[in-house]
Order: sequence, then C-alpha cells, then structure tokens
Amino acid sequence: MIPEALKRELLERTARAEHPREMAVDVMYALQGYYGYMSDEAMEEAAEIVGMTPLELEELATFYDFIYRRPVGRYVIRVCDSAVCWMEGYQSVVDHLTSRLGIGLGDTTADGLFSLIPVCCIGYCDRAPAMLINRKVYGELTPEKIDRILQKLATGKPAAGEE
Amino acid sequence: MLPQVLFQNRKPRRIATMEEYCRSGGYRVLEDIARGKYSPADICRIVGEAGLRGRGGAGFPAATKWMSVPVDGAYPRYLAANADEMEPGTFKDRMLIHVDPHTLIEGMIIAGYAISASKAFFFIRPSYDSSAMILERELERARQAGYLGDNILGSDYSFDIILHRSGGRYICGEATALLNALMGKRPNPMKPPPYPTVKGLWNRPTVVNNVETLANLPHILRNGPEWYKGLARTKTGAGTKLFCISGKVNRPGCVELPIGTPLREILEEHAGGMRAGSEFKACLPGGASTRYLTKDLLDVEMDFDSLSAVGHRLGTAAITVFDQKTCLVGVTLNLLQFFARESCGWCTPCREGLPYIRDLLWRIENGEGREEYIPMLRQMSRDVWNAYCALAPGAASPVESLLTFFEDEVREHIRLKKCPFSRPR
Repeated sequence: MIPEALKRELLERTARAEHPREMAVDVMYALQGYYGYMSDEAMEEAAEIVGMTPLELEELATFYDFIYRRPVGRYVIRVCDSAVCWMEGYQSVVDHLTSRLGIGLGDTTADGLFSLIPVCCIGYCDRAPAMLINRKVYGELTPEKIDRILQKLATGKPAAGEE
Repeated sequence: MLPQVLFQNRKPRRIATMEEYCRSGGYRVLEDIARGKYSPADICRIVGEAGLRGRGGAGFPAATKWMSVPVDGAYPRYLAANADEMEPGTFKDRMLIHVDPHTLIEGMIIAGYAISASKAFFFIRPSYDSSAMILERELERARQAGYLGDNILGSDYSFDIILHRSGGRYICGEATALLNALMGKRPNPMKPPPYPTVKGLWNRPTVVNNVETLANLPHILRNGPEWYKGLARTKTGAGTKLFCISGKVNRPGCVELPIGTPLREILEEHAGGMRAGSEFKACLPGGASTRYLTKDLLDVEMDFDSLSAVGHRLGTAAITVFDQKTCLVGVTLNLLQFFARESCGWCTPCREGLPYIRDLLWRIENGEGREEYIPMLRQMSRDVWNAYCALAPGAASPVESLLTFFEDEVREHIRLKKCPFSRPR
C-alpha cells in the first residue's frame, strides 16, 4: 500500500482534473516512484484512484515506454539507438556499458542498481552519442565519461545533470 | 545579421526569464487582446494573411486549421500543444523551451483565444523532463503575473495551460493519437472525419498545434503579416524556421534561419560544413519520415513548396547528413527498426508491413540479400500507404528513396553478400 499522504494527494489531484482518466499516466508515475515499478498491487491501487479497471490501466501500462511492469534497477540507463547516435558510436557505448556492468541489454545488475535498455531518439542528436539515466541526459559519450557517470551513481552521489 | 525571431532572447547556457521576454516586447499582444484590440476572427485573419504553416511536419496552414472549428461548435473548447517531439533527428521543440519558454506560453494563449478555448494541454514526452520542469515553473510565473487563469489581465477571457507528461511512444505525436493519450486511453490514431477541430477531446472542438507553430504567433501579431512574409527567402515561404542539423557536419545544432534558405548554405555556413574526410552523400531533409535527398539538390531552397516541387518534404526541417563512408542500407535498416518498434500496432499494414521491410533490409545488410527482395521492398513501401495514419507512409519514405537513388548500393550488398562499408563504432 502506498502511504496515506501520497494517496490523498493523488486523489486530490485527480479530483481537480476534468476527467479522472486524464491523470492515469501521472498516477502511474507517482506509484512507480514509490514502488520502483508497477507491480500488480500498484496497478490495482492506481486503477482505483483514477476510476478505471486494472485491465483498462494495463492497456496503458504495457503500451508506454516509461512505465515498467517488471522490476528495474534504481538507475535505468537508456542508450539512444536511433540513426544519428548509431552513426556516432552507439555500438561502442553499448559495448562499454555491457562490459562495465556485466549485463546485456534488457537486464538489471544483481545489486539492483542499474538496468540497461536501448531507447529511440531522445532528441539530443547534436550531442550524439547520448543516453538517458532516469530522466537525465548525458551526451557526447566517451568510455571515460561513462565511467565517471557510473562511478558517481554507484557511490551514491547525486547524478550530475547535463542540462 | 540574420533576423532572430523565436531565438531573439537566446542566451548562452541559460533560459530567458519572463522579464527578459517582456522587455523584448513579450505579452504585449496579450495586453492588446485584453484591451479588446483583436477579436478571435481578427487573430485568424492576421495569421492567415501571414501564411503561417504548421511546423510539426505536415505544413498545414495554421489559421485554416483554427477556422475549421465550427462557428457554432460546442464549449468548452481545447488547445493541445504538441511537444511529443520524437522524430529522429529533431530537437527544435526542446531548444525552444530551453531558449525562451514565454514566447511559447504567450503563443498558446493567443491560439486559445483565436479558437475561444478555455483550456490547453501541453503534451510533452518523458525524455524531455528537464523541459517539462522549466515549463511548470514558467507557467506558474505567468499565472502569478495574471497572464493565465481567470479573467486574464482584467479581461473577460479565462484560459489556463496544463502540463501533461506522456508515458512515451512515437505514435503520441500523431494528432488524433495524442488526443486519446490525453484522455487516458490507449493512444491509437483515429481516422477523420470527424476532425479533432469538430470533435476532439471529450467530443469538443480541439486544435492540436506544434509548439514551434505556437511560438510564432506573438511575433506575427506584434509585427504584422507583411513583416512575417518578408522574413522568408522565397516568395512562397513565410517566416523563419528552426533547422536542426545533425550527422557528419562540423557543428551540429539548432539554428533559426529564414525559411527558404538554400540547403547548401545551411550546411556550409551554419553547420560548419562537412567534417574533414567526409563528403556529402545524402541527407534526410526533414526527419526520418522524409526521402533521402541527394547531392544534385544541394541548392534547393528549404521551404515547403520548393521541396515539394522536387519531390521532397520539409517535414520537421531536421537535416541529418550522411557521408560517403556511411552505408545507407544500414541507416535505412536503423530507421525501420525504429518505425517497426514504435508502430502502435493498431492497423495491419503498419504493424505487419514495417517488420517485414525491416527483415528484408536486415538480410540485405547482413549478406543474405537476394535480387527479388528489391521489387518486394518496392511493393511493401507502397502497401504501407494503406495504413490508418500518416506515420507508416512516413516510414516508407527512406526505403522508397533508398531504392530510387541508391539502388546500386543495395545491389552491391546483394552481389558481394556483405555490406561493403565498415560498421560505425
């Protein structure tokens, strides 16, 4: 169960919306923020808040890229694999990340810290190759830069925002 | 000096404040509206005379879209600003928000007034969370200043903007799918009629505009349609355009230039020319959904009509440049990987056709190609035009143009049973 205060806040926000359903993604983001991913329990709680059935909400949860129905690491690394990043070094970025983290694309490290997935164009083509970690963007990636970023995240210091 | 309109308050490494926007003449149009200087019909007429065309990719005249809201259409009416910028190569909307968010906010209020809307949604993709946070903060400042909310600047016009974070999928940028997404439904596209301007959000008239289109409005109203048309380098064009240049150039980035600026000039003067050792081979002139444009057209004027006259599209004006060392079969395969993955799955031609095309391209790129794949690819590129929305024909554009302009390169892959280029690392 989510904390009572969070539930109250979400119910209030939903009540302010013209139609509760328009809040479906926002409510899922909030619950995902609390649980780390949308578990079945989270789906039921979210559905109740926005007045949808869990099945109706499932249609959205499984459709959207930023809603996770399975556990993910604390930091989700999304490497842009679209055309410009692909030309500018996507493959070496992925090779470096997979060897450093010891996981493949789609996997999560055993300590639950990092997940690694490809993502389509994130709109940083002027700074290719680029990746997103949670909601922050890192561009002009080099092996050294990737190491610094991973080091910072693993030691618990806040991720330095690029922008 | 090139006229900077949307980027006139651009600062190195920071966002223009509301005060800076006001000092440059910002919110004066809104003050005029509050004083009763313009009726909604006046705004439509002026923007129509200015020749403003949609900046999201389709190039539809903005005022015509607004005027398709029926005069006796129901209330409340809605405006949706489309910042679901996911066309590969495109990052102008992000730049706009990071440069001068209030030109966009004032533009939304003006558009809302033109269609008598009481509410707008700002629809933004999750990868642009930093942009979303900027907007949330600046919307609150605009509210505090009386530019948003009930009885704007003491007038009887009330209007507010709600920021809506998308869950993230390419299809959400398609106008009708965006409406479903806003309503908390699975974002399938819907086939008009009825058009969203007649029956959109919750069956009310709704206008969906790209954020760059909206950002132009304060400037058009402030300076007049003749000024706006005069900004263009071509007679058929109007205004400036944000061009995003990426790929094998020295200075990739986003620049504001008069619409109709020749492609060669954009690449050589504003993107620093080709990188050392790179020669221009082709570019996508307007995002991943446009056709490859070859060397012989380097002098084309980059506006809607000039490009369509030579069989191309301005699209989002995101120019991605490829050099002689880049395998265009590889690039096309990458693009189709994107389109196949992002297909919403609603209709068969797109859901089944795009993975089929991707598979054929994969075989050719990986040495398993056969001659008969070429006519198959041609046929499939035509067949996906039967799809429900415009995104599938967009996906076919690079494939069709690859076969039109680079058939020899495709055949060489098949003959050699391997890719003749080295893979990018």
